[in-house]
Amino acid sequence: MPLDMELEAVLRPPALEMKPYPPKVITLANGKKMVVREAKREEVPTLLEAVHPTLFIPRDFYDIVGARLYAELLAWYRYRVRNEYCLVGQIDGYLVGIVNGRMVDEKVGMSYHTLAIDRGLRIGAHLFAAKMEHHIEYLGQSEVLIVAESPIGFRRWMIEYGLEPTEIQHELGGPDSYRLTREMYFDSKPRLVVGDRPAPRDLLDYALENVFVADEETINVKIAGLKGR
Amino acid sequence: MRDVAIIGVGMIPFGRRDEDSLMDLLAYASLKALDDAGLGDKSVNAVYVGNMGGGIIQHQTAIASSLVDRLSLLPAAAETVENGPASGGSAVKNGLLAVASGYYDYVLVVGGEKMREVTGWKATDFVSTMTHPEVEYPYGVTLPGMAGMFTRLYMEKYGVTREHLTAVAIKNQDMGALNPYAHVEMSISREGILDSPHSVVNNPPVADPLHLYDACPVSDGAAAVILCPLEIAKKTGKPPVLIAGFGQATDTHTLQERDDPTDLKAVSLAAKQAFEMAKLKPADIHVAELHDAFTILEIAESEHVGFFKKGEGAIAALAGKTKLGGQIPINVSGGLKARGHPVGATGVAQVVEITFQLRHELPKNRQVKGAENGLTVNFGGFGNNVLAFVLRRVQQ
Repeated sequence: MPLDMELEAVLRPPALEMKPYPPKVITLANGKKMVVREAKREEVPTLLEAVHPTLFIPRDFYDIVGARLYAELLAWYRYRVRNEYCLVGQIDGYLVGIVNGRMVDEKVGMSYHTLAIDRGLRIGAHLFAAKMEHHIEYLGQSEVLIVAESPIGFRRWMIEYGLEPTEIQHELGGPDSYRLTREMYFDSKPRLVVGDRPAPRDLLDYALENVFVADEETINVKIAGLKGR
Repeated sequence: MRDVAIIGVGMIPFGRRDEDSLMDLLAYASLKALDDAGLGDKSVNAVYVGNMGGGIIQHQTAIASSLVDRLSLLPAAAETVENGPASGGSAVKNGLLAVASGYYDYVLVVGGEKMREVTGWKATDFVSTMTHPEVEYPYGVTLPGMAGMFTRLYMEKYGVTREHLTAVAIKNQDMGALNPYAHVEMSISREGILDSPHSVVNNPPVADPLHLYDACPVSDGAAAVILCPLEIAKKTGKPPVLIAGFGQATDTHTLQERDDPTDLKAVSLAAKQAFEMAKLKPADIHVAELHDAFTILEIAESEHVGFFKKGEGAIAALAGKTKLGGQIPINVSGGLKARGHPVGATGVAQVVEITFQLRHELPKNRQVKGAENGLTVNFGGFGNNVLAFVLRRVQQ
């Protein structure tokens, strides 16, 4: 059905200007190179394909994270959430992780979700770090509000970054938010935030031109198989 | 005393087995070993189960009594053997002595552990219960912490560096990537865990100077062997593997009471006993499974069992002498580092792996060509209770 653009203009939230996230390349433990870059809105249908299998994986709360990320990405695609961004990790073109968040205002960032599709290589840790890097260094914000929906997330974010609890309700509706300040970010940066810039042109071009999604069985095995770590 | 042989082995893939209970793991491995031995369920006289944490993690005791019923092996004798991370080795020893004495003819030995149903913190705490209850545990000592201190001393005394440790980690993960039983079937690269500035995230410190990839994963898993007198084993179709020698030795409970904490006396003594009983020397061994819960332990044990002089294990590892095709292939299974370390299973899994090797059953990319003699070292506590076994392929 064609959109009524007059009404659509009312439904679509106005957006803040958001500075782009400069792509980078991270060498993983197995020597593979992961390109980390900002996703474009028109890539969302492909991203949803990668997220979809996780909706049915209860292990480590993947189903909750997957379902909510799916909805958040769809809302971004359909212009129903304000100031959202999405970063992706790709190895040899394959999507291995997706993170997202949004700007509440000029100063405050809201971290949404971190989804590692390949596991055991600290992809989630790298992409969460990239997300914090985006909020603090490129969007120039003062703080980021964060919650965890899994014990793994709690260990990775709250403990590794030494986040401070607040009494601010997080937009995801769970417990009160934890806060990452600029000072905490820069204290943690030497041990948690890495990546080479500028991203080598050949790797970046390949990632942009070839966005692959692993088949559902592969995603299931990587996330919830016997070898899951 | 009768000669004792292994006529059946079974192992299940190690990893994170959310769907299986501890009893499931033990039963699966046992059934595979019984099948391998061609025994069915009629002839087992006794069952020994190596397990460290059932009472703590699963809140279950008398595990062997439960297993023997579950396997329909009643009225076989059954006992659970708890000896820390050497529980598996101790269970094998008990089975060996029971057959050697002439009292039992067929014994099932199975080791298993299910550690992934608790958080990593709780698993680390559970393993720490083996430390001294008055002078270590209350102060927060963990096994990774002990290994970190041990590594620092070893570095100072023998010049071991992170480069040496990394060589062991890469070797064992490369081999684990070829082993379908391994928890971590993933190769790693020196660039990714040591040379690249990105390694600070990929391979963070866990207990300085040890990093993530210096430590074994926390795993679920089980392994089993069937023992019988050699004379009976010779009548089966498969090449019998003789337990030619074994040794067990203990050392002070706490590291700080040792004259030289870098001297793993119990490893040296256990290996010496095993070699003497087998009438073999370290140079006669073709393949070894050493207890590499941390990379430094593979290096230290390779010296203490006599493969290399003190201080030369690290150099040998870096030079590739412990790789498949090297002077003495160590942990061709991937070791604890990659196969995983379900503590009660490890000592049995080492014996299963060497049996595969001595039967020449493994694919070419994992088989030590022409292997006739193998060694296992199962390291309990921090070297305070160690078992060693020398296995030999019997020519028919």
